[in-house]
Amino acid sequence: MEELKEKLKVQLIAQLNLEDITPEDINSSDPLFGEGLGLDSIDALEIIVLLQKEYGIKIEDTKKGKEIFQSIDTLAAYITENRK
Amino acid sequence: MPVYLESENIITSLGFSVEENLKAMGEGISGIRMCNNPALSDQPFPVSLVDKNRLDAALSGFSLPDDSTFGKLVFLSVREALKGSSVDPSDPRTVFILSTTKGNIELMRGKGSNAGNSRLLLWHSAEQIRRYYGNPNKAIVVSNACISGLLAMIAGQRLIKNGDYDHAVIVGADVVSKFIVSGFQSFLSLSTNPCKPFDRDRDGLTLGEGAGTVVLSNRRPDRKTVIELVSGASANDANHISGPSRTGEGLFIALKQALKGIVEDPGFISAHGTATPFNDDMESIALTRAGLAHIPANSLKGFIGHTLGAAGIIESLIGAGCLSENMMLKNMGLQHQGLVNALNTPIENLKQPFLTFVKTASGFGGCNAAALFRKHE
Amino acid sequence: MPPHYFASMNNPVIRKYVSVDKRSVKVNGTDLLLNEQGADFGEFMKQIYHACSISYLKFFKMDPQSKLGFVAAKILLQDDDRDRFEPEEKAIVLANSASSLNTDEKYFESINDIPSPAVFVYTLPNIVAGEICIHHNLKGENTFFIQEEFDIQFMVSYLNILFSTTNTRKAIAGWVEVDLDDNYRAFLMDVEKEGSSEIQGNFTVDFIHQIFKL
Repeated sequence: MEELKEKLKVQLIAQLNLEDITPEDINSSDPLFGEGLGLDSIDALEIIVLLQKEYGIKIEDTKKGKEIFQSIDTLAAYITENRK
Repeated sequence: MPVYLESENIITSLGFSVEENLKAMGEGISGIRMCNNPALSDQPFPVSLVDKNRLDAALSGFSLPDDSTFGKLVFLSVREALKGSSVDPSDPRTVFILSTTKGNIELMRGKGSNAGNSRLLLWHSAEQIRRYYGNPNKAIVVSNACISGLLAMIAGQRLIKNGDYDHAVIVGADVVSKFIVSGFQSFLSLSTNPCKPFDRDRDGLTLGEGAGTVVLSNRRPDRKTVIELVSGASANDANHISGPSRTGEGLFIALKQALKGIVEDPGFISAHGTATPFNDDMESIALTRAGLAHIPANSLKGFIGHTLGAAGIIESLIGAGCLSENMMLKNMGLQHQGLVNALNTPIENLKQPFLTFVKTASGFGGCNAAALFRKHE
Repeated sequence: MPPHYFASMNNPVIRKYVSVDKRSVKVNGTDLLLNEQGADFGEFMKQIYHACSISYLKFFKMDPQSKLGFVAAKILLQDDDRDRFEPEEKAIVLANSASSLNTDEKYFESINDIPSPAVFVYTLPNIVAGEICIHHNLKGENTFFIQEEFDIQFMVSYLNILFSTTNTRKAIAGWVEVDLDDNYRAFLMDVEKEGSSEIQGNFTVDFIHQIFKL
């Protein structure tokens, strides 16, 4: 799980073009949206693309995304449960 | 100096003229169908498409400046509009204006093979049509997301009012392509069934294709009922490039500026009404802020989908047709209104005297536009 | 440097102008930054970003055309007093020849894999105007024109209409383009309706022809 979380941080930084942010800057339990990383609705859509591309997981309901994308912790837990 | 709608044409899934479209819409017919075409999408999706066989039949015998679907739509729509017009398209006092978001994007190929393809250039498409008609003035192209059509009409009205030209032939067109469909799918903004503007269960927009042409002129058309494009304005939300403003800021400003100095309430509002959850809520907030929540408002997207760069022209011309006939079309697809602020959104056609209507549009990039039309008898 | 112009207080004036191309960034015709190492587009934009002490994380998510317009507008408005006009009195009118074709091609390449929403959103030419409006709180008139080449006559004419018939008192106007061959050029002017204490010249076709070529 910890390994997955670290990998996710690297993938997020690349997928979302988070310039000048390193994996160490992201706390696994911190909220991804709102202040912190400054992510917005387009980033949420890009995380959906990332899940499909890297983990074969399809999310078609944005409301569901809201809970899953709360933090690296929730994202990693969801991937662990649903990955193929 | 008033600027009038001198002549017009629209081409949509519902027909190849304003009259044909009005008749179908008046009878409550929608042109949206489920489409199962892998060239457009891997999964079936609802969409409003122009009848390509009919388009080809209408154009047989012509040597077209551009034989793509986009080229055909532009050509036929302009031709039909000019048929009923007394404006000379080759007159140096006439200007051509094209509005589109993606033009010939379906001709795009892989990286490296596009740079030499002039058909992908929007100005080139506009130049082709004005040259065909022997017009001596450089054509103008407005490409400003989903407000392009309305903005092109506003720009034309301004140029005529300012004395730069006496007439403007304004054509808007967009074609449903895989490029556009996949993009809206990636935004999760396409509806699963025909779109339901302003409905509590709305789940996204339905795409449409088509063309609309209006000839604007400072010469009053020789008929009993004429429609004037009184005023228009655009404004930006300055909030987000894709998400509608939570305060309806840009649309509110556009409405305020377009209606400045107008004392009477508009008869009805032809709203943007894409049927995405956030857009329709945004409109309800902006219309409420502008003091227009009580005015009957409709969206035509349930009839013909979202025709993107053509929408502003097509929907303005439908609105003008309704004004002439003293009627307002219902909100096709709406059953139970569900908006942040309640609006007056009829679910049956209204038959009553109307003197004016307001057309609004909003789009990516935070842009918004509004225009006021008035009937003279 | 252009000759000194006497600017009328009653006609629109150019407060400042900025040009960016692969060689340099120029402000009012004078070099601000040279691309001496011949850095590629992305690298040069980053250099400008840092040289101008911009801090805006969203910058790195923009497509090339938006990055280009964004840095040009940032330099143009860096010293401008935001509060002199209401947001809705500030317009933006831009033009280019290639629309968003550079990013369209990039998006097209992604369709057969997994289409990227973050690329798709930039497949409209006016998104760069939106980015500039967001950062500088411009809420006025918005139009993006597509032209074979920068039509200065038309731009002057259209802006004069905005100044004389709408609430517009200030306009960011010009050309922003990254074409299919990755050539790029931004030329932005800060135009004011009633004059300004700091003036480069009158908002006239002749003057703009001179400064656009510099």
